[in-house]
Amino acid sequence: MALKMVKGSIDRMFDKNLQDLVRGIRNHKEDEAKYISQCIDEIKQELKQDNIAVKANAVCKLTYLQMLGYDISWAAFNIIEVMSASKFTFKRIGYLAASQCFHEGTDVIMLTTNQIRKDLSSPSQYDTGVALTGLSCFVTPDLARDLANDIMTLMSHTKPYIRKKAVLIMYKVFLKYPESLRPAFPRLKEKLEDPDPGVQSAAVNVICELARRNPKNYLSLAPLFFKLMTSSTNNWVLIKIIKLFGALTPLEPRLGKKLIEPLTNLIHSTSAMSLLYECVNTVIAVLISLSSGMPNHSASIQLCVQKLRILIEDSDQNLKYLGLLAMSKILRTHPKSVQAHKDLVLQCLDDKDESIRLRALDLLYGMVSKKNLVEIVKKLMSHVDKAEGTTYRDELLTKIIDICSQCNYQHITNFQWYISVLVELTRLEGTRHGHLIAAQMLDVAIRVKAIRKFAVSQMSALLDSAHLVASSTQRNGICEVLYAAAWICGEFSEHLQEPHQTLEAMLRPKVTTLPGHIQAVYVQNVVKLYASILQQKEQAAEPEAAQDVTQLMVDRLPQFVQSADLEVQERASCILQLVKHIQKLQAKDVPVAEEVSALFAGELNPVAPKAQKKVPVPEGLDLDAWINEPPSDSESEDEKPKAIFHEEEPRPAKPRQLEADEEELARRREARKQEQANNPFYIKSSPSPQKRYQDMPGVEHIPVVQIDLSVPLKVPGMPVSDQYVKLEEERRHRQRLEKDRKKKKKKDKEKKGKPRRHSSLHTESDEDIAPAQQVDIVTEEMPENALPSDEDDKDPNDPYRALDIDLDKPLADSEKLPVQKHRNTDTSKSPEKEDVPVVEKKVRKPKKKEKKHREKGREKREKGKEQKEKSSKRKKKQHKKEKEERSKDKKKSKKKKPPSDEAAEPVENGALDEDPLPPMSSYCLLAENSYIKMTYDIQGSLQKDSQVTVSVVLENQSSSFLKSMELNVLDSLNTKLARPEGSSVHDGVPVPFQLPPGISNEAQFVFTIQSIVMAQKLKGTLSFIAKNDEGSTHEKLDFKLHFSCTSYLVTTPCYSDAFAKLLESGDLSMSSIKVDGISMSFQNLLAKICFHHHFSVVERVDSCASMYSRSIQGHHVCLLVKKGEKSVSVDGKCSDSTLLSNVLEEMRATLAKC
Amino acid sequence: IILSQSEDTQQQIIRETFHLVSKRDENVCNFLEGGLLIGGSDNKLIYRHYATLYFVFCVDSSESELGILDLIQVFVETLDKCFENVCELDLIFHVDKVHNILAEMVMGGMVLETNMNEIVTQIDAQNKLEKSEAGLAGAPARAVSAVKNMNLPEIPRNINIGDISIKVPNLPSFK
Repeated sequence: MALKMVKGSIDRMFDKNLQDLVRGIRNHKEDEAKYISQCIDEIKQELKQDNIAVKANAVCKLTYLQMLGYDISWAAFNIIEVMSASKFTFKRIGYLAASQCFHEGTDVIMLTTNQIRKDLSSPSQYDTGVALTGLSCFVTPDLARDLANDIMTLMSHTKPYIRKKAVLIMYKVFLKYPESLRPAFPRLKEKLEDPDPGVQSAAVNVICELARRNPKNYLSLAPLFFKLMTSSTNNWVLIKIIKLFGALTPLEPRLGKKLIEPLTNLIHSTSAMSLLYECVNTVIAVLISLSSGMPNHSASIQLCVQKLRILIEDSDQNLKYLGLLAMSKILRTHPKSVQAHKDLVLQCLDDKDESIRLRALDLLYGMVSKKNLVEIVKKLMSHVDKAEGTTYRDELLTKIIDICSQCNYQHITNFQWYISVLVELTRLEGTRHGHLIAAQMLDVAIRVKAIRKFAVSQMSALLDSAHLVASSTQRNGICEVLYAAAWICGEFSEHLQEPHQTLEAMLRPKVTTLPGHIQAVYVQNVVKLYASILQQKEQAAEPEAAQDVTQLMVDRLPQFVQSADLEVQERASCILQLVKHIQKLQAKDVPVAEEVSALFAGELNPVAPKAQKKVPVPEGLDLDAWINEPPSDSESEDEKPKAIFHEEEPRPAKPRQLEADEEELARRREARKQEQANNPFYIKSSPSPQKRYQDMPGVEHIPVVQIDLSVPLKVPGMPVSDQYVKLEEERRHRQRLEKDRKKKKKKDKEKKGKPRRHSSLHTESDEDIAPAQQVDIVTEEMPENALPSDEDDKDPNDPYRALDIDLDKPLADSEKLPVQKHRNTDTSKSPEKEDVPVVEKKVRKPKKKEKKHREKGREKREKGKEQKEKSSKRKKKQHKKEKEERSKDKKKSKKKKPPSDEAAEPVENGALDEDPLPPMSSYCLLAENSYIKMTYDIQGSLQKDSQVTVSVVLENQSSSFLKSMELNVLDSLNTKLARPEGSSVHDGVPVPFQLPPGISNEAQFVFTIQSIVMAQKLKGTLSFIAKNDEGSTHEKLDFKLHFSCTSYLVTTPCYSDAFAKLLESGDLSMSSIKVDGISMSFQNLLAKICFHHHFSVVERVDSCASMYSRSIQGHHVCLLVKKGEKSVSVDGKCSDSTLLSNVLEEMRATLAKC
Repeated sequence: IILSQSEDTQQQIIRETFHLVSKRDENVCNFLEGGLLIGGSDNKLIYRHYATLYFVFCVDSSESELGILDLIQVFVETLDKCFENVCELDLIFHVDKVHNILAEMVMGGMVLETNMNEIVTQIDAQNKLEKSEAGLAGAPARAVSAVKNMNLPEIPRNINIGDISIKVPNLPSFK
């Protein structure tokens, strides 16, 4: 043996170790991949050897390769082997590899449970430590549930080294298995006062993480933390606690008041910058929560801002950065105190560090006001020009837009200036925010009516220079602004000065290089333009000019018809036909302009982004209900069975709508308008003078070129926003003068309360700058009876929500961690009657069938604790065990089974626990009194066509000894209890055992049945003698035995081809049900049907499955289960229609509980 | 978060992180705003730069930025003690040891221990345990390994920096 070992280690010398591997890789720079694949082959060889040292070495190398990005999941099993090595050296290698490459999807992970448990209880603290470290990286819900109790025990380990690791890992366990939080919390709290600083710090760490997500549950710990804060000297712990207080204060203002003083003391006293910074942060949080009520907090604010200023002015960039970060928090509630430091922030914008510039930008957002907006944006624009790197430039761009558009353009006084800023931004090359600019242009042009004229002139200039802009073809690139430009020019074409020129610009061949969605807008808006030109020309009585325009359209449109983009092509060919038709009419001198314009009559109003969501659902309307029978989801192979369920009618192909001529279009337009007028949810257009062509006298519609002196004449290039800045300044100056004059007047004439011109958004506190335009920001429309909904931003998938658990409630008995009391080496699986083939274990739910398979064997428990044990989960397992044993060997189990009293507990209780999983027990309550509780289950077998077995679990709930139990039922014509030979129909059947107090056992009774198509109930009585110290009494308990149709079904596997044949045979009758309001996953749903109704899955495709079962009398029952959004429909076929409808009804009852 | 991602994503994170971090100047702050790759804006990259080495931690908002900078310092000092004057090559050739040291400081993404003496004590104890396990049988292998190391042709001075930032995935975000 020893010789072998020495030999082994000599062999090992020639294996590559990790250092050799690293060296090798470094020496094979050119053919690294080849070298590594060679190494992996070697490693595979090494893994095949028996020597654990060789394996460990191989796994160690694999870990390195994993870090280089190679997939090593194939070696997962070998890693587990190394993890289970007895030597710490190897074990550590194994756990390291596991922590690097195991994750929730790793299927072998469930094999590790026992190994980890063994290591956790190892006498060596380092074995335990390494297991905890590893587990912290790959803990899964299953592992968390199984090991929670073991880890909790470790929290009280004698060695602080283990204690601190155990405490820390509990957070991971809570995340994966939230049920463990309440049972474990008292001990966790205890650890806050652990003598070892490391353990204490770990406990603080865990509680802070928990409290950060759900602070309100941890308020009661505040006094304890307060004590820690004033006593602890560990800066790390202090920082954590102070951060925690920051999260708690918003919920409890009184806490904040108490905190201010010690925190200010800390701020003054500490030398650690990190602590100082966190203190300032928390003080800020406190002040925010106190912002109302406390009169003298301005001193504290001043202190904070001063300290922050010191940080920001520090040469250490880190402090500068953090200072800005904290400043932005103050900004939210106390903008005034921050605005005083604008100089500092603007200075930071020039910093060479991008992170700092970004922070400063954030601050700017809150600092702008009407007064300084123009100045700040000007500064930003100059940065945009200078900026290197598109990321920062894009950030600047978004910030500019954010700053300007915040609060409904609150700070913008001159929209001409804003539009020109936007236009200037379009000169940015390589930006990815073209769509942002475009959205702003559209928004402003639509909502600020007064600016439309100016906007249109700018946009037409943009369109004219399209060749410049279109040079970038990048998605979301700057060419996106053409989308906006084209739409604005089209929609507000009445403002165009030279529509013809714009039209030509939009029809240039170059346009076809633009992205499809932009071209589509071009095509659509070309027609709008065309319509307005047509009208203009006709009114000016220039039929020839009108015909020229038409000809232009006819000439140019074909280039769009050839487009590869469907949208463009379709719109273009439609419009081309329309224009050709117009051309014909024009040739006959028919006036067409009005009708063409009618196509675009009406005005679009802005609609609030959430308006659609807030439309209340009218009563009686079920949005989830199918309007038509749902079409089958999949077209592939499983089409067959479905075709049998649904006779698909061949749909007549829709004749493609031919292009309607314009009269037809106009007629429809009218019809639609009518419809819209009657539709309360349609946003009605407010009458707009320009658009109402019908009521307008013709002359007024001719655009007269007005020279607006405040707007400089359009330069063919780009407008420079600076011009507007200057203009704006002049304007303000004028205003000020005027105001002064007014003031003087006021003084002279006594106050005469002259209301100044105010847009609705202006508040008195704003600097008195009146906007240049009559800013008429159209507010977004909402449906009249919008539902108030603040639930908009809640994320239902937040993993931390599960940890939102009330921790102050006293622990209930049921809240215990699953305990593995006694491990049985015999984990062999017995064939399970309800074999559920479809349950996968990916679902993040703590209990799964497979899981139970594994554990059943291990769960033999002592009697004492069992009585208290009431958690539903335990019960389920218990039931499983029960069943398993029953199916193994009935007689044996009856004798050998450890007295387990709780199998007979009512399943109903389980439902009360709000357990998300299907309670996988088919036992249900039969009857109960103070002595005894009966639960039962019914099974049939295919061998005996008219018999079912009723298994009754009897549980002695009293302190008496129960004996001479006898069960009797009142037979019906159809169903009879099988009695021992020679007894009459009135005799009962003796129960073959006695029950000591607290014990349960199972008895089986056979019933014979004639017809199984109907469910039925039998009345019965259990009589027994209860014996205790005071004597014995004769007792009885009445019950009603319910034979559901399901209980006559026997799980029978069926192949899909046999299933298809069965369906095609045509002698099955059909029926279906539909159940709404189902939230359970399809997976679980199927499992539930399989379990409770004894079906097996034949085939499953997406959310559709075919299932099969057979009755004891040989009826075939075929199901097609389909899951919709929140409903499930079950179509069934069966050789007996009554049986089918009864089974379906029972199924409906089951599903309704899902 | 990072741990549960595929190897490809891990590599991508490392590459991008390295790209971001390495091009930063010496005199800028040591924080980087989180991109989408590292799990959104709640997360930050915090790094320290030692000669040719970058130590990058990715943390969420529950950690104190300055505290993490201190932690990195503790980490480096611990490495220095455990390797006796640590250099890049130590880290490259003994990745497993680096991991073990780190595991004593950060566990499952949460800070476990910040006291350097405590960490060094535990590491030493584990090393002793390892040695005692290897016993006689391990001696020949160690000898061979020593010889191999002596034969190292020429230890390259310029280190492929790509190797260095492999530390990132080992430091899952502080969740």
